[in-house]
Order: sequence, then C-alpha cells, then structure tokens
Amino acid sequence: MNSTAAFVEERNPTDWQGDAMQKRIRKRYASERRFKALGLGAIILSASFLAFLLIVMVGNGFRGFTQTELPVEIDFPAMTGGASASQFEGANAVANVRTLGVRDIVNTSVQIQYGEQGTELFSAGSWQTVQSEILDNPDIVTSKATLYLPVESEIDVAYKGDGSASAEEKVAELEGKLSTGFNSNFLFNSDATDPMQVGIWGALKGSLITMFITLLIAFPVGVLSALYLEEYAPKNRFTDLIEVSINNLAAVPSIIFGLLGLAVFLNLFGLPRSAALVGGLTLALMTMPVIVISGRNAVKAVPPSIREAALGIGASQMQVVFHHVLPLALPGILTGTIIGMARALGETAPLLMIGMRAFIATPPGGIVEPATVLPVQIFLWSDEVNRGFVEKTSAAIIVLLLFLLTMNALAIYLRNRFETRW
Amino acid sequence: MTELIDNASSSESPIMTETAPPAISAGDGPLKMTTRNVDVFYGEKQAINGVSIDVTMDNVTAFIGPSGCGKSTFLRCLNRMNDTIPIAKVSGEITLEGEDIYAPSMDVVQLRARVGMVFQKPNPFPKSIYDNIAYGPRIHGLASTKDELDNIVETSLQRAGLWGEVSDRLQDSGTALSGGQQQRLCIARAIAVDPEVILMDEPCSALDPIATAKIEELIHELRGKYAIVIVTHNMQQAARVSQRTAFFHLGTLVEYGVTSDIFTNPTQEKTRDYITGRYG
Repeated sequence: MNSTAAFVEERNPTDWQGDAMQKRIRKRYASERRFKALGLGAIILSASFLAFLLIVMVGNGFRGFTQTELPVEIDFPAMTGGASASQFEGANAVANVRTLGVRDIVNTSVQIQYGEQGTELFSAGSWQTVQSEILDNPDIVTSKATLYLPVESEIDVAYKGDGSASAEEKVAELEGKLSTGFNSNFLFNSDATDPMQVGIWGALKGSLITMFITLLIAFPVGVLSALYLEEYAPKNRFTDLIEVSINNLAAVPSIIFGLLGLAVFLNLFGLPRSAALVGGLTLALMTMPVIVISGRNAVKAVPPSIREAALGIGASQMQVVFHHVLPLALPGILTGTIIGMARALGETAPLLMIGMRAFIATPPGGIVEPATVLPVQIFLWSDEVNRGFVEKTSAAIIVLLLFLLTMNALAIYLRNRFETRW
Repeated sequence: MTELIDNASSSESPIMTETAPPAISAGDGPLKMTTRNVDVFYGEKQAINGVSIDVTMDNVTAFIGPSGCGKSTFLRCLNRMNDTIPIAKVSGEITLEGEDIYAPSMDVVQLRARVGMVFQKPNPFPKSIYDNIAYGPRIHGLASTKDELDNIVETSLQRAGLWGEVSDRLQDSGTALSGGQQQRLCIARAIAVDPEVILMDEPCSALDPIATAKIEELIHELRGKYAIVIVTHNMQQAARVSQRTAFFHLGTLVEYGVTSDIFTNPTQEKTRDYITGRYG
C-alpha cells in the first residue's frame, strides 16, 4: 500500500518542457485570447448599437430643426393704411400689432401672389411669424418687404423628401421658390396641433421644473436616510426590514409610483392635476431609494479609522458624520444621484398617471401650473397621425438626450470636485 | 453568565485564580486615572476580567501581553471608545481625576478630548496638515483667533517633533506624509486639544525601526506633560519607554509593577514565561 509519504517521495519531477505541459500552456493562452476577443466583440456590438441610435436620431431629428419656406411679398404701407414704425415700439407694441389684423394682411398678400387657394400652401400659423417680425423690427412696416413664411406641413414633409403624392405635385409646381430655413418655432414654442408650429420649450421648461423639485426632495431625504441608517440606527430586525423594503422599492415598476402619486398627491392631498409639483414629488418617491442605496454604500466605504480618529479627539457623532463621513462619501452619493435623476428625467409612465399627458400649449409659469415633460411630449407626438410630427419627435429626442448629457456632465464635474485624494 | 466565566477561568488558565497584584503604591506622582474591577463583555464573551490599574501622571504605563489578551480592549475603556461597539458592555469603576467616567453625568465628547488617543494605524484626516491639527481645537472652541490657532498648530507640531519637517508645507495633505510622520501627526493632533492623558494603541506596529525610534523618543519627551498609556506587542519597546508595565493574559491582569522589576524579577510565573519568550 502506498502511504501518503511514500507517494510524495515517488513523485516525478515536473516536466516543464514536455509535450503535455506545452499543450496545456497553449490551451491557456488560447482561452485567454478567446476571452479577450469576446470582450472586444461585446464592446464593438454595444458601440455600434449606440452609433446606430445616434445616427438615426440625429439624421431624422435634424430635419425637425428646419422648416420649408415660401417667400411672400407684403406691401405694408398699402395694407396697413400707413402705419408708422413707432406704433410698434414701447409698451403698447403688442396691443397695436393685434389691432393691425396681420392675419388678413398675410392672407391677402398670399392670395395676390399664389392665387385664390394660395393660403392652403401655408401653415395656418404663418401669420404669427410676420407678427413677431414686426415686433422685432418695426421699421419693416414702412416699406414693401419680402418675408419667408413656413409652408403647410404636408408640403414641408414632401419637400424634405418623404411626402404623399398630392403634396409631391405641389412641391413640383413650386419648384425654385421653396427654400429651407431654421425653425426657431421649435425652440421657443410649446405643443400645438400644427406640426409647423410645435415647439419644445414648454416641455423643456416642464422637465426643468420637475427635475428641480425631484432633486430638492429626493436628495436631502435620501442622503439623510442613508446617513441615519448607517451611522445612527441600531442594527436589528426592524432596520433589516427597512433595508429590504428600500431595496425592493428601488425595483418597483415606475407606473406603480404613478398610481401612488395619483392616490396620495391628487386624491388625498388634492394637489392640482398635471402640475410639475406633483410630477416632481412622484419622481422623488421613485428616485429616493436609489439615492439611499448608493448613499449607504458610499457611507459604508468610508474607512472606520477616520471615524475613530475624529471620535478620539472628542468630535460628537454629528461632527463625525458631517465633517468627515459625508464629505468622503459625497462622490459616491452623487454617482447614485446621477443614476436616479437620469432615470427620473426619462420617465413617462408615472407622469401619465398624474395627468401630465395633457395638451399644454403654453409653458408652465410655476410649479402648480399644468405642465408636461420631454419624454411625455415625445410619447404624445409619436402618437400623432400627422406625418410632420415624425421629425419633431426625433428632434425632441435629441433635445432630451442633450438635456441628459448636460445634467450628467454637471454631476460628474461636481463629483470630481468633491473627490478627495487619499 | 457567571457560570460561563467561572468555567472559563477555571479551565483555561489556573493563573487567573491567583489574586491580582495590588495597585502601585504611593510615591509615584499624582494619580491620574484609576480602574477598579473592570469587566468587559462582547455579547456573551468576556474580554476583560476584573482589572484594577492606577495610571499616574509622571510615568509612562505600558500594557503588554500576547495577542487577544484584551490589552487594547482595556485601553479603549479608558476613553470610552468601546461605546461605539453596540455589543460591548463595561462594568466596574474607571475614574479620571476622581470622576467616574462611566457616570451618566460624564460628557463622553469632553472625556475623549481630555483622554486623547493614537491608533495602531496612522489615520490622519484626508485634509491638510494644518487642518488635521486645527480640527480638534476648532470643534472644542479652544482658539478664538486665527493667531491663537496658528500658535496651537505650531506648538503641537513642535511637541510632536514634526514642525521642522512640515513647517513649510502646512497646506499639503496629511496623507501625503510618510507612515512615521503620519503617526507623529496623529500624536500632534491628539496634543492639540490639550489632553490630560494620551492613550497609544500599538502606535509603532505599522512603522519601520527608524520611525519607531522617533516615536519612542517623542514618548520620552512627552512624559510628565501628559499621563501616557501605551499598548505594545514589543517587549523591548515597553522596557525602553515605560516606567510601569502591566502584563495581561486572557483578559486578566497578571502582574502590574515597576517596569524594571517586571522585566528582571517578575513575581508571576506566567509573566516570566512570556518575557523569556516561552510563549506569546
């Protein structure tokens, strides 16, 4: 019988140069190469998805920032009966321009140039372009002027190369007169029924206000909860239960938070429907668990030796937390906050439940006024029948992504500023 | 629970049944801290068993003993650092200047200012050298003007023997210093709040011999200004820096006396075995 000791004595010297060993080494290198290739493949795949998304979005969305225009010559002195430029300056400018009847002036001028049916070529709101032109530059009313006005949506789409047969015909008729200009409406208007008149500003402002409220509530409450749970709360069954609940809350589908917001903020507290305040509160509920979890992890990662050092020279618990633990945990907390806020910014479902899907034609003036947010606006436009909304939807997505990037860049900048080198 | 302790003491070590040595006799300078029959429990487990020690002003007191003998646990009782461990229970009497430090009327924050602590691993704050020192005086309101604070920082660093090395870069991060400098920075930080007692928990265990020598020299210089209690693994260090030595074994105080006596003529067999390197 071989005893263990005997076996050890009989062990052959390892043959590092032998065929079997060389084969094993080759196999190990091969598997290493395979792993590297797989990793690289995964990176390439995800990068190409991202590139595809960006190219499609930017390609489609870019057209949302332009509009097709037709020139209209307006004989202001004749049409207005000799209005002077000074009328449209100063305090009464808006009132005076309203009494001028710009819509009739534009319609008449259009009919003179493009015939009886000419007004059908133009966007119903194109006279507003003229009105704002007069307010911007009152001298225009003293002479004949040629203005470029947005055409009707079907023609706009056809001119951009994607329209119906009848619209294509009209484009062919107007060949040479049509041109492309920058669509300033899109940046400064709010929702409208005419795709030539819609804008993103209302939704953008709604998103800004909503995010501000979300941050204002979720950040302090989340950070204080994390600090209390880590630094003060005793570790027992009850705090374990709280921890499990918070982890579960972070995984709850967002629409359920919407229902909660509907039941609590609207029905119980009677807060106004569609308001940014309610949207912000609802999203804060959703964001808080994410901040609490990341905050607790960041607080946990602060070395205990720092706490001991501070306690050892007579710092109180609160001084330990606010002078040492929180500053060191802040970068980690901010990372969690970025993730939570980015998710909140892109959230649609809970906001639909609290009525933020309303048609909002004027930007919200405050936290309790009806508002909508970017993702909801995108959702609403994507549902529209009119083909003119397709490019507006893509353009809105670009604005949303830019908003997101700006927010993240700001947060990363702040995080790096607070980062302490050890 | 008492049953448990009795079992432990009777089965594990017969020496525990021997009577603890009497406290140091008079003539050692004013008493700073006294402990009487201190027991510490971590949950069910007893870590310290009836320890009585007097800490005097003019002597450096060293706690020696094998790993896990409870010397660090006992040290942390002296400024109530064990309060941060929820399962730790301390009983018995510990006084500072005659005041019971576990009495409800004792303010633990002030106690820790009066009984400063230096830890095993240098743990400067990730702030500038200046802010490391100034933090304690700031939170306790010890300086009313910037000049006063500057003065405290300078004298603390001088006492810790670090001023010459860092005077021209007080705004550099404290964590950028070498290990030995960091530990002296921690000592300076403890000195800055003007404590009465300084507890040192194996302050040199993470340092090289040269840095260790500097810390030992520093302890010599600080003797008499502060009552110093040092926990050490290194018996030569205890012999070099201390005038009083307490030998701990399995949570009990085996022997406490004048350092030279402990090292040359210990009264307890356990102590002799440990000092001569038979175990530990």
